[in-house]
Amino acid sequence: MHEFSIALNIVEIATETARANHAETVNEVEVDVGDMSGVIYEALEFALHSAIKGTILENSRFKLNRIKARAVCLDCQHDFEPEDFLSVCANCGSSKIEIIRGKEMKVKSINVD
Amino acid sequence: MCDTCGCNDNNNGFTILKIQNDEHHHGPNHDHNHDHDHSHHHNHPHPHPHHLHEHEHVHQDQGSQGRLIEIEKDALQKNNLMAERNRGYFEARNIIAINLVSSPGSGKTTLLEKTILSRNLKTKILVIEGDQQTTNDADRIHTTGVPVVQINTGNGCHLDALMINSAYRELNPPENSLLMIENVGNLVCPAMFDLGENYRVVIVSVTEGEDKPLKYPYMFQTSNVCIVNKTDLLPHLDFELDQLKANALKINHHLEFIELSAKTGDGFDKWLDWLVSKSKSH
Repeated sequence: MHEFSIALNIVEIATETARANHAETVNEVEVDVGDMSGVIYEALEFALHSAIKGTILENSRFKLNRIKARAVCLDCQHDFEPEDFLSVCANCGSSKIEIIRGKEMKVKSINVD
Repeated sequence: MCDTCGCNDNNNGFTILKIQNDEHHHGPNHDHNHDHDHSHHHNHPHPHPHHLHEHEHVHQDQGSQGRLIEIEKDALQKNNLMAERNRGYFEARNIIAINLVSSPGSGKTTLLEKTILSRNLKTKILVIEGDQQTTNDADRIHTTGVPVVQINTGNGCHLDALMINSAYRELNPPENSLLMIENVGNLVCPAMFDLGENYRVVIVSVTEGEDKPLKYPYMFQTSNVCIVNKTDLLPHLDFELDQLKANALKINHHLEFIELSAKTGDGFDKWLDWLVSKSKSH
């Protein structure tokens, strides 16, 4: 739901870093978007199109990495890919699972000149 | 920046009002016009220079062009950093901060009123109220005699760490106190925003449907306790309490349940005991 404000935050982080490193152009911004981060990938992509207008990122490429979720079962330690918060352990069927990956929403890096 | 539409304004779009006996003291105030004309989103074709990447992890720089600067910062880091500052403040003063979340009308304010009036708690209670508009909730709390501030978010749909930071500066809570934060009634957005609280309590009422946790998983995932309110209405409803709990546990098996009626006081002791136990363990 807050993809637009998140897009603005991403732009801010990338811009600040570029400035701090005396970069003239930002070629690419790399972002990790977890499948279970609460952010819709396509909505974020769309929001970024708007968020970069009038900024130094206006012509930058965005590399959005879709991070698949990963969970571990607390009962049998099986490691698997859950579909959603309702998933049960693929091995023993327990619902006591912990999501260990897939909640990220992180600006990883920028590529600059 | 306004978190809903992203417009820029000087004071981040919210107001803090300290409720005093006949005066409203205004904290950071602002008067900005949200010109919600987002038509620029739609007036031009999207050339799509960016294409979808469907791969799991990453790569390195393409060819020899440019230099790579690693960042590794959460997109919500600004809020998260402020939340940690709040957390530090609370820890330093041994304050317990509780974030009360729910959909509108689940009974958060009534629960708070009853908690304050129960007089079982020896600790000093202070309240931060969050709503888009009005001081209605803060006025109700003010009647109970405890210090309260009202945050009006304007267009905003959730409280964030900066608002809480501004609010407790107005309140200046003493050491060993209990700070209750009543978030904006909304089961979607507040889930994503760490306020720096010690505990997050989600309240769902029996008039809401057993599948609420399945529909709003992020909120239930990020909460510690689930209060089921309005149990006095159960005889009039087809509500299956066990089904609600089973659904909530599927989303978050750590959840602790407290069933009560803020109206009649039934089950309220369990909630008060929980608060007392948290006060003692700090």
